[in-house]
Amino acid sequence: MIRLNRLCAGYFGKPVIREITMEFLPGKVTVLLGPNGSGKSTVLKAALGLLPRMGGEILYDGVDIRQLKPRQIAQKAALLVQSRNIPSIQALRLVLHGRFPYLTYPRHYSGKDYAIAHDAMEATGSRQHENAKVGQLSGGQRQGVYLAMALAQDTQTVFMDEPTTYLDIRRQFQTMETARSLAGEGKAVVLILHDICLALREADRIAVFQEGRLLCLDQPEAVCKSGILEQVFQVGVYSAQTPHGTQYYCVPGQYPAQGSYECPNA
Amino acid sequence: MSSLRIFYTRHSDRIFWAGLCALTLVAAVLSLGIGSVELKPGEVFDALTGRDTDSTAARIVLYSRLPRTCAAMLAGAALAVSGAIIQTVLDNPLASPSVIGVNSGAGLAVALVCAAAPSAQQYTPFAAFGGALAGVFLVAGLSRHAGASRMTVILAGVAISALFGAGIDMAVTLVPDALGGVTDFRIGGFTGVTMARLAPAAGLIAVSLGATLSLSQQMEILALGSDTAQSLGLSVGPVRFILLVLAAALAGATVSFCGLMGFVGLIVPHTMRRLRGDGSLSLLLSSVLGGAFFVAVSDLLARVLFSPFELPVGILLAFAGAPFFLGLLFRQRGGSV
Repeated sequence: MIRLNRLCAGYFGKPVIREITMEFLPGKVTVLLGPNGSGKSTVLKAALGLLPRMGGEILYDGVDIRQLKPRQIAQKAALLVQSRNIPSIQALRLVLHGRFPYLTYPRHYSGKDYAIAHDAMEATGSRQHENAKVGQLSGGQRQGVYLAMALAQDTQTVFMDEPTTYLDIRRQFQTMETARSLAGEGKAVVLILHDICLALREADRIAVFQEGRLLCLDQPEAVCKSGILEQVFQVGVYSAQTPHGTQYYCVPGQYPAQGSYECPNA
Repeated sequence: MSSLRIFYTRHSDRIFWAGLCALTLVAAVLSLGIGSVELKPGEVFDALTGRDTDSTAARIVLYSRLPRTCAAMLAGAALAVSGAIIQTVLDNPLASPSVIGVNSGAGLAVALVCAAAPSAQQYTPFAAFGGALAGVFLVAGLSRHAGASRMTVILAGVAISALFGAGIDMAVTLVPDALGGVTDFRIGGFTGVTMARLAPAAGLIAVSLGATLSLSQQMEILALGSDTAQSLGLSVGPVRFILLVLAAALAGATVSFCGLMGFVGLIVPHTMRRLRGDGSLSLLLSSVLGGAFFVAVSDLLARVLFSPFELPVGILLAFAGAPFFLGLLFRQRGGSV
């Protein structure tokens, strides 16, 4: 399990996130919410050691990240990045690169790696594209292939930076389904989403960020009731009982006064 | 052995590699046989195998055509691979050793060594390596700077290139004989190349090519973008650094014997990526062969097109390369750069 302890990090010497303390719990889908520029992506990158740490600590199963090699980190946490390159290789080869952290000399992927890559493509519904060039795929198909690469990495924690952005609604739901089933396998799944309603409905825990600080980390109902989302996003957020369970909806400009609920941190 | 599978799994792959090898070989044979004096294949063969060392034909082959053919093929392979590396590391399809000032950095170093110490000519490949390093790290440093877009990096490269070019001109103006031993230096050409001059550069190129090929998998991971690469456990910083050093060594060594040869590092990797798109090992190997073929054929054309007059091959490369670069630029503008 990855634990952040009073973590500060940022770019070019300027801290973007300050004093973040949270855990990414196994078996749970944690969604990070917050306006653009609130530091959500920075939290993910810092947690993976992709950014210089400016204070605090990052613990992987109790071990400080500074004592881990990049390969060891890559065996514990995978990242689906937000803006994805389009390399001139086949989809299957891209997914196989999810096994890169496990390669030893002479660096050739084994039959086992191929089997894992095939399973991962099956799980994201991209098996039929395995021989296509990544550049020939549509945005949604490409996302499926990149997600398969993260799955092939076979890590305890999976980070996804805006995995549903630019996807049609069916693929958004499929992505959330994949996230849920990964959590069902006991993995810690951490997503950045912009769709508040989708997040409230699908997440086990919601973390709300504003200006580089973690304001709140709790279950969706509690976060919704607390009024913190209204405050941060300046919109009304309501829930309703429907034949399809509790659904959430947002209303522009109508944010009530903040509720009395205290929103606990991690 | 999975990374070697690309060589024999698919039928079309076998045809591609066999075709590319055959084309390169044919280019080499033609380059040895054709010129201002036409030689029969038998004469070329006898000279190469050492059965005939004294006839005029043999002298032409051994002391003029062979060094020239080797030089053209080495230059093509080295510049193409250097371009493939630079495009991957800077994540910029418009970059190449000549566009971003790596070649002119090497050229300036060569000009300075020749001007200051004309007797130290055997060290020029290493001086050129140093100059190329300066060029590559200036541009890489700029591209890492906050907010530098891909187009900014190219423009910065153009400016750096112009700066180094002015340095070359100044050295040549102040010491007119500095580059006398290297004809057509600013255009790029192979006139007067000797085996002795080629040898140290060839050594540097061979070592760098070997090292680059051994890093092909790391290069392929790097091509996924630095965040993804790092999250896969690649030490992005050191790998980038080593690859850029290798790109500088390849380009620098080449410049030391044939001058500022443009566009090879742009055209060849792009064409190979378009033709194959099969990962870095395949890109690097096809760039080696494709680069050797392209420059050998260009040099052959430069020799025979206006025979008995001979063009510096750099002129032909610019005629082919400049439209290619413009096409790329407009395609990228419409696309995503």
